[in-house]
Amino acid sequence: MSQIFHRSSNMMARLSILVIGGIAMGAVFFLFAYNRSDYFTNVHVAREQPVPFSHARHVGQNGIDCRYCHTSVTESNFAGIPPTETCMTCHSQVLPDAPMLEPVRASFRTGKPLEWTRVHDLPDFVYFNHSIHVAKGVGCVTCHGQVDKMPLLWKTNTLQMDWCLNCHRNPEEYLRPREHVFDMNWKLPAGENQTELGKKLVKQYNVNVHQLTNCSICHR
Amino acid sequence: MNATMRHLLPLLLLAVIATGCQEMYDQPKVKPLAKSDFFSDGFGARQPIAGTVARGHMKLDDQLYTGKAPVGAATPAGDSGAAAVPSQWATSDRSWTFPMPVTREVLARGHEQFNVFCSPCHGKLGDGKGMIVQRGFKAPPSFHEERLRTAPPGYVFSVITNGFGVMYSYASRVPVNDRWAIAAYIKALQLSQNMDASQLTPQQQRGLEGKK
Ligand code: HEC
Ligand code: HEC
Ligand code: HEC
Ligand code: HEC
Ligand code: HEC
Ligand code: HEC
Repeated sequence: MSQIFHRSSNMMARLSILVIGGIAMGAVFFLFAYNRSDYFTNVHVAREQPVPFSHARHVGQNGIDCRYCHTSVTESNFAGIPPTETCMTCHSQVLPDAPMLEPVRASFRTGKPLEWTRVHDLPDFVYFNHSIHVAKGVGCVTCHGQVDKMPLLWKTNTLQMDWCLNCHRNPEEYLRPREHVFDMNWKLPAGENQTELGKKLVKQYNVNVHQLTNCSICHR
Repeated sequence: MNATMRHLLPLLLLAVIATGCQEMYDQPKVKPLAKSDFFSDGFGARQPIAGTVARGHMKLDDQLYTGKAPVGAATPAGDSGAAAVPSQWATSDRSWTFPMPVTREVLARGHEQFNVFCSPCHGKLGDGKGMIVQRGFKAPPSFHEERLRTAPPGYVFSVITNGFGVMYSYASRVPVNDRWAIAAYIKALQLSQNMDASQLTPQQQRGLEGKK
C-alpha cells in the first residue's frame, strides 16, 4: 500500500510550525514596534493650532523666557497655557492688524478663550508634576526637546512609562544645575563629566533615587 | 461545551475587560483649563462667588498690596530735607520704603523675575531697548533718566500692578512679593548705572574690569 502522505510531508509539517510561530512572533514584535512608533505615539507630529503660534519665533528669535507664558511651571504640577491677555501684552502693538492674529483679537474682545490642541497628554491614571522636576534640575529641553526650533509644537519623547523610568532609575545622567533649567542651549561645560556632575547634583538637591521607581509615585 | 471552549472563554472575558480599561485613559474629571460640558459657561475652572475671600488672601496690608506709603510714613523729604526729593515726587503718595527687608535673596529673585517679565521690552539693562521694542513695540523710557531714577519703589510697584500707558498690568502673572523684589532690583540697577566707580572697594573695581 502506498503511503497517504509523501515523505516530504514531515518536512512541510515542521516548516509550517516554524512559519506559524514566526507569524505569531512577528505579530507580537509588530505590536511592540507599533506601540512605540511615531505614528501611534504622535512623536514628531506637529499639531494644527487655532493660531499658528511658533515657539521658534517667540523663544528662538525673540528670546522670550518660558515663564513669561508658562507662569505656573515652577510652582505647580501644571505648566500653564497663557491666556489671551498674555498674547495681547505684545500683540496690542506688534502686528496689531495681522489677519493671522485675528482669532487672538477676537478672543480678547469676546472673552472666549482660544482652544489650543493638546500636544502632550498623559493618561489620567498617571500623576505628573512640573515643579518638582524644575526644582531638581531637569531641563525643559530634556523632556520637550528643542522647543525653540519648532514652528509648530510636537512631542519629542513618547511619555511612555519606560521613558519616565529610564530617568527615574538613573537621574544623574540627565540633571543640570537649576539655574539652567530654562536654557534651551545649555551644554555641559568642557572637561566635565555628566555622571559626575549628576551625582553631585543628586546629593546637593536631595534627590531620593531609591524611591523614584515606586509605583505609587506616578500612580496615586 | 468542549474542553477548548472552556479554556477560551475566560480568555475572551479578559479581552473584553482589557478593552474596557481604555476608559481609564480619559476619566470624567476636570483637568486644569479643560473644557466642561457641565457648567453653562463651558469653563471647567470656577470663579469664586463675588465678595468672597479665600483664607489667607485678605488684603489687609495697604502698603504691600497697593504700593502706597503707610499713613504717617516719613519720606526722604522728612528725613533729609526737601532738596532730596525732586519736585515731581514730593507730593507722591507712593511708598519710599519696602514692606519687607531687602536681602540678597530678594534682589536675586527680583533679578530673575525682571529678566523673565520686563527685559523683553525694557532690556536687561533697563535702557528700554529690549528685543520686542526692536520688533515694533513702543519704546519705554530708560530707567536711568532722572525722573524714574528718583522715583519711589512704591511707584514701580504700582506700574507693575496697574500697568502704565500701553504697558499692560502684570498683576495676574507676577505675585505681590515678586513685584516688590523687581522694584528693589530696578533700584539696584539704577544705582549700578549711575554710581561713581571710585566709591567701590578695590576688589569690586577689579571685578568691574572683568578681572578676579
Ligand atoms: C509667548 C508665549 C510662550 C512662550 C515664551 C513659550 N510658550 Fe510654550 N506654549 C505657548 C502656547 C500659546 C502654547 C499652546 C499652543 C501650542 O501647543 O503650540 C504652548 C505650548 C507648549 C507646549 C505643549 C503643550 C501641550 O499642548 O502639550 C510645551 C511643551 C511648551 N509650550 C514648552 C515651552 C518651553 C519649554 C518654552 C521655553 C523655552 C516655552 N514653551 C515658551 C506659549 C509660549
Ligand atoms: C513678549 C512679546 C510677545 C508675546 C507675549 C507674544 N508674541 Fe507673538 N510675536 C511677537 C513678535 C516680536 C513677533 C514677530 C513680529 C515680526 O516678526 O514682525 C510675533 C509674531 C507672532 C505671529 C506671526 C507669525 C510669526 O511666527 O511671525 C503670531 C501668529 C503670533 N506672534 C502669535 C502669538 C500668540 C498666539 C501669542 C500668545 C500665546 C503671542 N504671539 C504672544 C511677540 C510676542
Ligand atoms: C520630566 C519631564 C518634563 C520636564 C522637565 C518638563 N516637562 Fe512639560 N510636560 C511633561 C509631561 C509628561 C507633560 C504632559 C502632562 C500631562 O499630560 O498631564 C508636559 C506638559 C507640558 C505643557 C502642557 C501643559 C501641562 O502642564 O500639561 C507645557 C506648557 C509644558 N509641559 C511646558 C514645560 C516647560 C516650560 C518646562 C521647563 C520649565 C517643562 N515643561 C519641563 C514633561 C516635562
Ligand atoms: C530626565 C529625568 C526625568 C524624567 C524623564 C522624568 N522624571 Fe520624574 N523626577 C525626576 C527627578 C530628578 C525627580 C525628583 C525626585 C526627588 O526629588 O526625590 C522626579 C520626581 C517625580 C515625581 C515626584 C516624586 C515625589 O517624591 O513626589 C513624580 C510624580 C514624577 N517624577 C513623575 C514622572 C512621570 C510621570 C514621568 C514621565 C511622564 C517622569 N517623572 C519623567 C526626573 C525625571
Ligand atoms: C515614573 C513614573 C511611573 C512609575 C514609577 C510607574 N509608572 Fe506605570 N505608567 C507610567 C506612565 C507615564 C504610564 C502611561 C503610559 C502610556 O502612555 O500608555 C504608565 C502606565 C502603566 C500601566 C498601564 C499600561 C497600559 O499600557 O495601559 C500599568 C498597568 C502600570 N503603569 C503599572 C505600573 C506598576 C505596576 C508600577 C510599579 C512597579 C508602575 N507602573 C510605576 C508611569 C509610571
Ligand atoms: C511688552 C513690553 C513691556 C513689558 C514686558 C514691560 N513694560 Fe514697562 N513699559 C513699557 C512701555 C511701552 C512703557 C511706556 C508706556 C507709555 O508711555 O505708554 C513702559 C513703562 C514702564 C515704566 C515707567 C512708567 C513711567 O512713569 O514712565 C516702568 C517703571 C515700567 N514700565 C516697569 C516695568 C516692569 C517692572 C516690568 C516687568 C514686570 C515691565 N515694565 C514690563 C513696556 C513694557
